[in-house]
Amino acid sequence: MKAMLERLETDFGVYDITERKPAMTTLKIKKDQAERLIRELRDREGFVHLSFITCIDYIEDGIFTLVYMLHNYNRNDTLGIEVDIDRDSAEMTSIHTLWAQAWTYQRELREMYGINFPGSPRLEEDFCLEGWDDIPPMRRDFNTKQYSTDRFGHREGRHSEDPREHMKVTLYPNRGGDE
Amino acid sequence: MSFTKEAFSTGHSAALDFAQPEPIDMASGKYVKIWQGPQHPGITGNMALELVLDGDTIIDCKTHVGYLHRGFEKLMEHRTYIQNFTVVCRIAVPEPAFNEYLYAAALENLSGIVPPERAQWIRTLNLEMMRLASFLMWIGGMSAAFGLYTVPNWTITYRDYILDIFEEMTGARIYHMYMVPGGVRAPLPDGMAGRLREIMDGAEKLLDTVERVMFNNTVFKMRSKGLGIISPEMIDPYGIVGPNARACGVKRDLRKDEPYLAYEHLDFDAITGTDSDAYDRAYLRLQESRQCIDLIRQCLERMPTDGPFQADMPNVLHWKIPPGQTYVKAECTRGEYGYFMVTDGTEFIRRVNVRGPSYTHAISVMERLAVGVNIADIAGLMVSLHTYPPEIER
Repeated sequence: MKAMLERLETDFGVYDITERKPAMTTLKIKKDQAERLIRELRDREGFVHLSFITCIDYIEDGIFTLVYMLHNYNRNDTLGIEVDIDRDSAEMTSIHTLWAQAWTYQRELREMYGINFPGSPRLEEDFCLEGWDDIPPMRRDFNTKQYSTDRFGHREGRHSEDPREHMKVTLYPNRGGDE
Repeated sequence: MSFTKEAFSTGHSAALDFAQPEPIDMASGKYVKIWQGPQHPGITGNMALELVLDGDTIIDCKTHVGYLHRGFEKLMEHRTYIQNFTVVCRIAVPEPAFNEYLYAAALENLSGIVPPERAQWIRTLNLEMMRLASFLMWIGGMSAAFGLYTVPNWTITYRDYILDIFEEMTGARIYHMYMVPGGVRAPLPDGMAGRLREIMDGAEKLLDTVERVMFNNTVFKMRSKGLGIISPEMIDPYGIVGPNARACGVKRDLRKDEPYLAYEHLDFDAITGTDSDAYDRAYLRLQESRQCIDLIRQCLERMPTDGPFQADMPNVLHWKIPPGQTYVKAECTRGEYGYFMVTDGTEFIRRVNVRGPSYTHAISVMERLAVGVNIADIAGLMVSLHTYPPEIER
């Protein structure tokens, strides 16, 4: 693993290599090199299994971090490939030609985060949400509660409280909410 | 979308062509479009298959999900770590325990908490009971999908007996919320082991009966043999895992390959099949059900009966976890089930991604295997892949 990572540093310019736990490492790669790196890992390094593709919204930095989780069955190693993309013009190279399930993940990311994957099949089709007309709901700036209030309005007999505050007041009433 | 078989005949390292098929001329009047689901007895939960038929043969299949989307991952970003326990168990209804375990394991991994040995054993027992309960329900569903309605009555009864034990063990039948960070909520109740052993004896006999009635049944055999064959070349390109891959002869099982909890102290081996059709997948799950019974017995025999069952924990109301990232996984009844979690040092999760095997089994794999299948067999094919829609939509 160590030799492979050193080679990837030289050949692909990967950076921020971090061992998250035994047999799980993550690394970062520039957007334009990502597809080539993933293909290399699949075809030459035995990372034949794509566990998932997901996204982390770092709204404060204006980026989305895409995570491709790959697994090598022979060595039982898991490798997370992280790619930072611009949040405002979110677009990434599609890897639907590498794994059959990749387009499904990309379709979901398009719907939930608004990330475009040019060329990915059925990208424009609704995945979970039918007729969604708001900002993509998994973005950090989408307010679930506000959406719900605006959409469905007040219903008699129903009230909600902040669960954390409620627990504090209920469990520690004599300590002003502190433990 | 459907893929041509030839596209994968050269194996994984070859350049794969995932080109869209030619559009079907529905205006020609030659084809019929029908929907299987979202409400249909032959559907595994709330999802739908949009099928195009030529006569009674399926020529195109599209999976539609979203009927059960509750936004779990988003909800979890706005609740404290401990509050999320009421959310995670609802992600895969027939198998909530795997969600509980993986959520707890991810938090433990990120916060450096190690559950005591006794808790590890109790968790292993809990997961194997869950696996057996899920398999029993699945066998009933598979049998019913081919018109054998006696078997589900028996297997669901035994699933219920196991749920009785869960109720005794955790206080709840389905959503246990039992495996909390640091261990489990309570030790095993007195006398539970004996009652569980009795149920296992009964379940063992039941599985023998099921084998005779279901797997020797001519109708079941004729309809399920040769149905939905997964070729070895499909395994990696489609991300197929668990029994669906093992029925193809691929010996991969996370319990053996990357042992977690107490699995390294248990004697078992990954079971594999050869034919990789609906019948073989069903028979493999029957054998794995027997294996569950064996593992439950081993757990009861070998687990420590005293000692702590919960590690020292910080106050969970003010629990902050250092920034980090992890991916923990376990072998559920369908294969690799995982939790990817990112924390940023606050009292809330930054991002959690639940990885369920149904994501690929019910969409990419299903859409490929359905092509060429008789409409009467689509329910059986779908059940044979063992898919749960909630883990697709999260």
